[in-house]
Amino acid sequence: MSVHSTSPQFKDNAHAALHDVQLQRALSNVRVGFIEKRAKAAGKLPEFEALRDSARDIKDHVLAHLDLYLEAYIAKVEASGGIVHFARDAAEARAIVTDICREKGARTVTKGKSMISEEIGLNDHLAAAGIEPVETDLGEYIIQLRHETPSHIIAPAVHVNASQVEEDFRRAHTHLDAARDLSEPVNLLTEARGVLRERFLAADVGITGANFLVAETGTSIIVTNEGNGDLTQILPKTHVVLASIEKLVPTLEDASQLLRVLARSATGQELSVYTTFTTGPRRPEDPDGPESYHVVLIDNGRSSMLGTEFEEMLRCIRCGACMNHCPVYHAVGGHAYGWVYPGPMGAVLTPSLIGVDKGGHLPNASTFCGRCESVCPVRIPLPKLMRHWREREFERHLSPATVRSGIAAWAFFARRPALYRLATRVSMNLLAFAGRRKGGTKGRFAWLPFAGGWTEHRDFPAPQGGTFQERFARERAGRSGETGATAPASSRAA
Amino acid sequence: MSTARDEILASIRRSLGVTGRERPRRTVVEERIARAPAGVVPARGAVSGRARIELFVAQAEAALATVSEVDTPDAVPAAIAGWLRAHNLAATLRMGADPRLAAMPWSETPLAVDEGPSDGSDLNAVSHAEAGVAETGTCVLVSGPGNPSTLNFLPDNHIIVVDASTVTGDYESAWARLRERFGKGVMPRTVNWVTGPSRSADIEQTMFLGAHGPRRLHIVVVGGRESASAS
Ligand code: SF4
Repeated sequence: MSVHSTSPQFKDNAHAALHDVQLQRALSNVRVGFIEKRAKAAGKLPEFEALRDSARDIKDHVLAHLDLYLEAYIAKVEASGGIVHFARDAAEARAIVTDICREKGARTVTKGKSMISEEIGLNDHLAAAGIEPVETDLGEYIIQLRHETPSHIIAPAVHVNASQVEEDFRRAHTHLDAARDLSEPVNLLTEARGVLRERFLAADVGITGANFLVAETGTSIIVTNEGNGDLTQILPKTHVVLASIEKLVPTLEDASQLLRVLARSATGQELSVYTTFTTGPRRPEDPDGPESYHVVLIDNGRSSMLGTEFEEMLRCIRCGACMNHCPVYHAVGGHAYGWVYPGPMGAVLTPSLIGVDKGGHLPNASTFCGRCESVCPVRIPLPKLMRHWREREFERHLSPATVRSGIAAWAFFARRPALYRLATRVSMNLLAFAGRRKGGTKGRFAWLPFAGGWTEHRDFPAPQGGTFQERFARERAGRSGETGATAPASSRAA
Repeated sequence: MSTARDEILASIRRSLGVTGRERPRRTVVEERIARAPAGVVPARGAVSGRARIELFVAQAEAALATVSEVDTPDAVPAAIAGWLRAHNLAATLRMGADPRLAAMPWSETPLAVDEGPSDGSDLNAVSHAEAGVAETGTCVLVSGPGNPSTLNFLPDNHIIVVDASTVTGDYESAWARLRERFGKGVMPRTVNWVTGPSRSADIEQTMFLGAHGPRRLHIVVVGGRESASAS
């Protein structure tokens, strides 16, 4: 456990999010832009679907041989003059980074966007040790000023509107002219560029994540559009790479396969602006670059996901497509998920990493529409994995009481078919009757007992009377001409 | 004493049900790294001669770079001076010690040229690419005294010279070129793939150029107009 989680309160978080006007305005940017751009990029590359298969296969191959690829990678990093550290959990990872910073006498560290850094809660820890962390990705910088966590894995400040950024900048950049014009978003970008340029040049240590690690060469790869990750790693004397162990790929060719699907799935670009392959510290003849290069390989729960039904989640390349296409994410945004990883990938990963007792409600935040799986570049069966968590949650008696009693009641009747038929017939007719009487629209419920979570935000269609079994019996009788099963003459609402 | 490294590897092996000593597994991994199979390579890049250069230019422009073409290395300084003038930019230029750049006639232009890495105060810099990749209009740059990495990111305007004979159709062919120069499994400190100028869409998902890196990227392709006959 690292960053404080509010995942157990998903329902309350979601409720608040639905009534947050600023958030709902900001989320409208997700609902259209990302989806269109990805579809266009995928459509322009005839090999896109074949590349998704290839990407999936590469990741599966690596996971099945992860111990050996790690060994090969470590040997190559060391051969190129880099230092590899190992962290079993978040606390170890934080301690390793803090020790490196202390050893270098670091006062400030610049940071490229890194989800694993969020996962291990690095910033608060550094600050507590008297080392100032400065996020340099524009989105991350904005949320750092706001003391928030990212609400999206590739667009961390997607929940914030420009007017809010203006307020944050005026509050934080007090050394600048108070009368300056920040009404245009481009002025906000220019201001951040200027402020952060000084931080880049003054930083003692630069910390980045890694999109991929290459076993063939001992290389770490980062992908950015801003160039902040590069300034973070080439200007300070020390470069620290934080990477979870599943980032390994065998070769530069394999990395290229994954790069072909990453940007297209994420932002709809054919390739991000800067794709940077880094191997070891600066060479004796190099005029720039860091003098030391550290990689912190972090497990934090991954090794025990291998060999389980959740292993496939370790294929994730953090593109964000699943949340960009998720109706639940569109409605509530990323913070409602309560921890670092939102959307469908977060709903699967969070319970794995922080425990089903804390993250176990998240897999319920799904309509099972399947859009996430249909766009995932590494073909992770996200709905299936969410279903696995629901089953586990139920087995462990962690489901909400209403769900449990409902299923228990169903189990009672399921073992007693005659009783079940009678009960459903009675209740269907009752519901059909009630549906005609209650609520404004004919045939719809504005409220249902035990289903307040549903009817609070939408009506529930009222049954038209009759049960499935009745209809099945009737239709079978009609087809075969038999009259064995009588079709009760239930009232048929128009 | 068991270290974190040993424990993580042991945990992976426990989950996978392996010891790590199985010969067939080790062979699979060694061979894959040695052979580096290509996988799916888009047909888009499978063009040569002028068509490949045109694809490179079109893709670079789609990524919001600007491109000009000259026939010989001698024509590069004038092309860069002209581009800077046309955009009302200062007549200054920083570059590394790349012998290909050093051989160009800079003194025939009004440009004030400085050599070495950037400290952040430069407006303009030029680098010589190791290769270009047509499939996405990407320039491949390698770090070293020839082309310091800081030049790719700190100046406001970045100019990259690409020799048309080094433009490949796809990433795989670009890796082959690099392996020829550095050896299999060996990399320079940094390889930068640059595809267009710096940008950010972090404020309301609206894209603006010049986030932290260069606001403008200009590419000068050398000798691409002859390549229809040359290759
Ligand atoms: S689960 Fe798939 S779609 Fe979602 S972030 Fe990971 S790779 Fe992308």
